[in-house]
Amino acid sequence: MATTKSLGTARVEKGRYELEGKFHRIEPGTPIRREDGKLCGVTKPRSLIHLHSYGGEAVFFEGLTKRKIYATRCDNPACDAKGSIFLPFRIYCPDCLRKATVIDVTDLCRKTATIYSFIVTERTGAFNTLKIPIKFINVSFEGVCTILMSYLSVGEPKIGMRVVPIFRTRNPTYTIEDLSWVPEGTPDSKLPKGFTF
Amino acid sequence: MIKFSEMQLKIPKMARPVFLVTGGMSEFRRAFPEKKTEELCIEALTMAAELINMSPAELKSYIHTAYYGHFADHFGDQLLGEAVIHDRLGLDPLGNIGIKTGGATGGSTLWEAFKTVASGYSDCTLAMGWERMDEVPTDEGNNYIACAADKDWETPLGHIYAGYYAVMAQRYWKVFGKEEPSFRETLAKIAVKHRGYGYHNPFAHGGMKITVKDVLNSPVVAYPLRALDCCLMSVGAACAILADEKTAFKMCKNPLRIYVAAGSHTLRVADRRNMEIPLLPHETPETYKDFSKRYPGADRYPGFTSFLATRMSAYYAYRMAGIQNPLDDLDVAELHDAFTISDVQSYEDLGFRPYGQGRDYVESGDCYHTNPHTGKPGRLPSNLSGGLIGCMHAVGATGIMQTVELMLQIWGRHGEIHGDPKRWEAFGKKKPEDWVDLQVKGAKRGLAISHAGVGSHVTCTIVIHPNHLLKQD
Repeated sequence: MATTKSLGTARVEKGRYELEGKFHRIEPGTPIRREDGKLCGVTKPRSLIHLHSYGGEAVFFEGLTKRKIYATRCDNPACDAKGSIFLPFRIYCPDCLRKATVIDVTDLCRKTATIYSFIVTERTGAFNTLKIPIKFINVSFEGVCTILMSYLSVGEPKIGMRVVPIFRTRNPTYTIEDLSWVPEGTPDSKLPKGFTF
Repeated sequence: MIKFSEMQLKIPKMARPVFLVTGGMSEFRRAFPEKKTEELCIEALTMAAELINMSPAELKSYIHTAYYGHFADHFGDQLLGEAVIHDRLGLDPLGNIGIKTGGATGGSTLWEAFKTVASGYSDCTLAMGWERMDEVPTDEGNNYIACAADKDWETPLGHIYAGYYAVMAQRYWKVFGKEEPSFRETLAKIAVKHRGYGYHNPFAHGGMKITVKDVLNSPVVAYPLRALDCCLMSVGAACAILADEKTAFKMCKNPLRIYVAAGSHTLRVADRRNMEIPLLPHETPETYKDFSKRYPGADRYPGFTSFLATRMSAYYAYRMAGIQNPLDDLDVAELHDAFTISDVQSYEDLGFRPYGQGRDYVESGDCYHTNPHTGKPGRLPSNLSGGLIGCMHAVGATGIMQTVELMLQIWGRHGEIHGDPKRWEAFGKKKPEDWVDLQVKGAKRGLAISHAGVGSHVTCTIVIHPNHLLKQD
């Protein structure tokens, strides 16, 4: 097992990735045999680290660590979608393809977020890090033309329930998991560890 | 509200008619520890040749280009898998290309092969699809499938695709199911039907006799969806051979006309913006008058309750083939029942019922081979193969398997192929003593839907006996 210290890390210098540590691990496979001992195949273990650019969405994921939710808005006066607010964040307006304006919608989310649909699941795919059961919620906001997928951290979801955002500000993952929601009126004491309003 | 231009809504026009000459399939299983993908593809192509009394070599001699559908390179751990299969099929130096559109990969592969013949580029094309989903454990497979969601905004949330579907089921249940427990039972009836039809299909690996109670008692995957509401994860291959009229009739006596159209919509359900409902030929604006009053919560189209991509694929395909009303003009259908809820959603997108009334297609008995209420043939039987829930979902092969099933139905050879005890034996199975021939008597026209993700890509394939065309070329 690779130690944390040896895990690969990356930074960007002068527009290029600078890498440190190990980005993959090599381990031998083992034969896969039938009951009678006949060879059918082999196992092929591997461990590797991908680099992933958030590009123009980076501001959204950085914003979560500062308790901010950013959306984007098309401000092109010639576009039929002018004024449309997108959350999930879209870097470009899908209609006119002009770069959309980044706007802070944290207050809008706090005041108008409502559960549009939800599910509760105890099953996950490999690599899940959310607490089980996961309460997926789809959150709609007044004046926003899209519906954000996220998860509820406190209580039981219902369609139409008012919810407010919470943010993982301690040990953030810099992923969508840093944003969660709780029913309106939830006290601080009920928030999961590491999260704040 | 978003709108589409006239150019975007143009009905596709082909330069010449396209025919489905033959097709074939391997057996489908959860795993084939002792077979490589190429073995499965060769089995499918060999079956296609045998159905028209050709040797594989003879059939290959007609093929001019090849389209290969397999969704997930990472499942099979092989990039350029299409090059491997093309070589193993001995089809060099023909031009070939890989197709990937998630769950719609099989249908999209047919779409490309179809256009190639229609354009005149090739007189005969191969559409071959497969998936290798047994090289990782199921939870890693679920993660791989979830990678087809948006990797920044969705995949990290549970790494499970069923969850992204279940939110649609929840919303549908509230808006159109009016939160009635009986709607949950309607979903269960679909699972019972498809598992039950799969029981009579030797190619299938999910066939079983179950009850509504079994479905409702099966483990919750993502509430309200339960294990028996979900499609299978499969390995296998399927292929189809398409050709122009002259070549098709040279290759076999009874080629069938084929039309394929496609639609798309956002990868994330989250991004669906509100729009007017695109109408099918048998619908009018009156059909959806006061819609949101009749169904409180149905204030967005397609919202979380419908698939625009399916509606658009039918919008194009129905008009290409001359279909006015699918219930009147079609005899058999194979739908993409990734989950029972998506089957219901598709009934409405395809106009089998108006939006909001999909469950009636099941409750009326129209969807069955034999209507359980009347004992007479169902009006438009669907998923007699067992579909994705009862037969297989070897992703790249699925849309092609559906089309092969339609072909056998329209040829009147469904019973011959599915009922042959030697075929059951060759797959290591025993033909059930209570096996039922699910041939739809007099089937002339069929439809297949191949569907990706939560509706990102959808193809609509229509197969028609050439003596029963609905529209002049």
